[in-house]
Amino acid sequence: MPSIVKPVARHPSLQKNELGLTIRDYEGSMSTLCAGCGHDSITAAIIRALWEIAMPPHMLAKMSGIGCSSKTPAYFASGAHGFNSAHGRMPAITTGAAAANRDITYIGVSGDGDSLSIGLGHMCHAIRRNVRMVYIIENNGVYGLTKGQFSASADVGSKSKRGEANQVLPIDPVTLALSIGASFVARGFSGDKERLVPILKAAFAHRGLALVDVISPCVTFNDHSGSTKSYLYTRQNELKAAEADFVPLQTEIVAAIREQGVTAVTMHDGSIVRFRSVPQEYDPTDRQKVMNYLLEKQGSGEIVTGLLFVDETISSLHEQNNTSETPLSQVPYGELCPGALELEQLQHEFK
Amino acid sequence: MHQHSRTGVNDFAVKLANVNGTGSASANGLLMQAIFRMGIPVSGKNLFPSNIQGLPTWYEIRVNKNRYTARALEYDLMVAMNAQTYARDIREVRSGGYVLYDSSWPLERSLWRDDVNFLPIPLAEMCNSRFHDARERTLMKNISYAGALVAFLGIDMQIVEGLLAEKFAGKKTLRESNRDALRIGYEYAVKHFACPLPFHLERMDANRDKILIDGNTAAALGCLYAGATVAAWYPITPSTSVMDAFRRFCEKYRRDPDTGRNNYLILQAEDELAAVGMVIGACWNGARAFTATSGPGISLMNELLGLAYYSEIPAVLIDVQRVGPSTGMPTRTQQADLMECAYASHGDTKHILLFPANPAECFEFAVKSFDLAERFQTPVIMLSDLDIGMNDWVVPQLTWDDSYRPDRGRILSEADLQKLPAFYRYSNEDENHVTPRTLPGVHAKGAYVTRGSGHNKLGGYTEAPEEYQQVLDRLARKQKAAANAVPSPKISSGRNAIGVVTIGGCDPAVREALDLLAERGIDADYMRICGFPFHKSIEEFLYAHDICFIVEQNRDAQLRSLLVLETCVPKDRLRSVLVYGGFPLSARSVVDSITRQLPV
Repeated sequence: MPSIVKPVARHPSLQKNELGLTIRDYEGSMSTLCAGCGHDSITAAIIRALWEIAMPPHMLAKMSGIGCSSKTPAYFASGAHGFNSAHGRMPAITTGAAAANRDITYIGVSGDGDSLSIGLGHMCHAIRRNVRMVYIIENNGVYGLTKGQFSASADVGSKSKRGEANQVLPIDPVTLALSIGASFVARGFSGDKERLVPILKAAFAHRGLALVDVISPCVTFNDHSGSTKSYLYTRQNELKAAEADFVPLQTEIVAAIREQGVTAVTMHDGSIVRFRSVPQEYDPTDRQKVMNYLLEKQGSGEIVTGLLFVDETISSLHEQNNTSETPLSQVPYGELCPGALELEQLQHEFK
Repeated sequence: MHQHSRTGVNDFAVKLANVNGTGSASANGLLMQAIFRMGIPVSGKNLFPSNIQGLPTWYEIRVNKNRYTARALEYDLMVAMNAQTYARDIREVRSGGYVLYDSSWPLERSLWRDDVNFLPIPLAEMCNSRFHDARERTLMKNISYAGALVAFLGIDMQIVEGLLAEKFAGKKTLRESNRDALRIGYEYAVKHFACPLPFHLERMDANRDKILIDGNTAAALGCLYAGATVAAWYPITPSTSVMDAFRRFCEKYRRDPDTGRNNYLILQAEDELAAVGMVIGACWNGARAFTATSGPGISLMNELLGLAYYSEIPAVLIDVQRVGPSTGMPTRTQQADLMECAYASHGDTKHILLFPANPAECFEFAVKSFDLAERFQTPVIMLSDLDIGMNDWVVPQLTWDDSYRPDRGRILSEADLQKLPAFYRYSNEDENHVTPRTLPGVHAKGAYVTRGSGHNKLGGYTEAPEEYQQVLDRLARKQKAAANAVPSPKISSGRNAIGVVTIGGCDPAVREALDLLAERGIDADYMRICGFPFHKSIEEFLYAHDICFIVEQNRDAQLRSLLVLETCVPKDRLRSVLVYGGFPLSARSVVDSITRQLPV
């Protein structure tokens, strides 16, 4: 992950969040991705969301695998630990990290190659375990670093830069995640940062794994006509459903949620997600209905975006395992070792 | 009856031939434990198939007052309970030995041997008249042959009944059924045959301060005592019982009495790629974490072992080796993962390996593995095997020093970081060439990006040759330093010209072989290697002998290959003794191979 250090220049009038940090404090090193890459817009949305929710940078861990997407953790929150691991293994490594320290907030940044091919199994099982993390798929339908092969999310008929049409059926992370019990599923578009930020803020408030699939056009290998992951195609076929407002816990929210035509979901931490522009009969808490809606729209070639599904009742990894509130990495050794006398006692079983 | 029987008090071997899945394991375990409680050195080898029900399975019990407990190849008594394997089982009994069989059905005349004594007992018939349920009849038939053995071998009946009482405490009906079955076999034997047989047991006092335990249970205890809180695994024979035991111990010792919450988390991963990934993630985050697996799992873990090696993250792996290549023979033992583990993953990698020889060392080395992994910030693989891991061994009672504190290695605290002007992950090496690491959640100043891609000593990405090499060379120095920290070899030397070198669970067989060779006038020195990278005393031992026989359980002489690669000793001094068919090593195989190779 080549990176260039950004010059530090802060305007004194930059607004501060409740930790006294400006948005610049959530930036990282300079991106080395291609100019216009959708991933950089997602990075900007992440930075914005982190600043708005006032995330203490050192309490965040940025996890990734391999690929263009996986480079991006270097480009935000330089005060947070990052782990640019191995191709496809990010969900497994994050599961272990989350097991060891439940106090850290995890953001995994992955891509469609990383998550839908080599790491598909790991992604699915992290979803099943409901590991508390924000899981972003920067989805561009193409392998960028190896110069333009189709990925597993490329649509049938979508054309490569050289003009050949993909013939292999795509894997849609959104419907896949819903089918295996995901507790939070969203889809965004890198070209619409304003709608992505509240989704990310809600994702950070979620009690389990929040899967955020973001269509993120590859300007170098997959932004031509004939591609179904280009800026133009996405703009023309995007169907904005289930738009979300994120209302943090500390804001006065009582009146707001009584608004007509608004579905509100209380997140685990007490904050509230309000759904607007929701089509009639769309219930973001009803897995079956959401699934039907998505499949119907998928059939007609529309890309449904928004915070599509939330279920705050599904227990997370630590809840399933009844793990101590103290992070396992911080339980004092004295509480972990039964000691010499007990070792002597327990060996009666072996006599 | 034949008269040329050997009389061997506390020196004989019994083989029990059973059908898998019929519950014979509890009868065989009962016998082992009773002999152990009589204070007599004993070992049990379970030779079982990769099958749930129906295939033949054997259990061997060797009793030896001189503490030779490697597998015996000569059987004084065969308990032939499986008609499918009668022919070969009866063939295996030594001349003058005994065959106990179920005479509810006649034994074919063609299987008869004139030089062997037959002990026909109508076990099924007797059990069928006492018990009514089909499953119970099968189970109790096993207990009834155990009862016959109590008579034939002079096992203390009180001890056996005591064991049953402990096992079925609060389960009166079961206890009574078992006791009745035991009596059926016992009384029939006493009534119809001269009991005990010429070879039998007499109480000793050799097992004071000893326990009877399998290596996987002991390794799990080691992980518990080392303070491991996260374990991730994918089920695989023969390592599964490590995690089963770890869970059992955690349920007992790791539930916070005040909150009822668990101070552990066991993750059953989707595959071994994930299992080791979870371990690495947890260790990166400051927990002590481990996985247990076998050769096929290590194959899958290769990728991330390279990541942990290069980005310097501790991890502990317990490899309970089985027979390879590929699926191989999952329920048979081998030591064929040495090369794979030593250099696992692509690129220049080398790993710290520990080689326990018995369950007691599984406990001790498991604890050591965590200390070494954290001190050297690198994966440590403890290589056990099926023989050590799944068979019960008599070993000294495990002890613990309450003054033990985990060696967490160099981790910077919040205060350390506040004092530092800046933190660079791969700078500031100590005498072990280890650089301090930081954990997430401590201080923003400690933040950096951990990466498996090229990095420089500052922790930044690099593609510059010098910067890349600087880090890679330090890793080589670090591995060299680790050679002085792994357990040093166990050496017994009388300045002989011949040396015998081995590893792991070959230990008892090789030590017995050395005594047998000495009886024939061949004196040899002994070295058992306990860790990798090799301590310099290993090379010294090899140089000090004209010839060294390297005894190991694989086809390709992997330990010898490692010695050739990692020391300067001339290859032609190192001869091989290779036994790799999948059963635990016996002294006879070692003696035969060494004498064959020595100039007459």
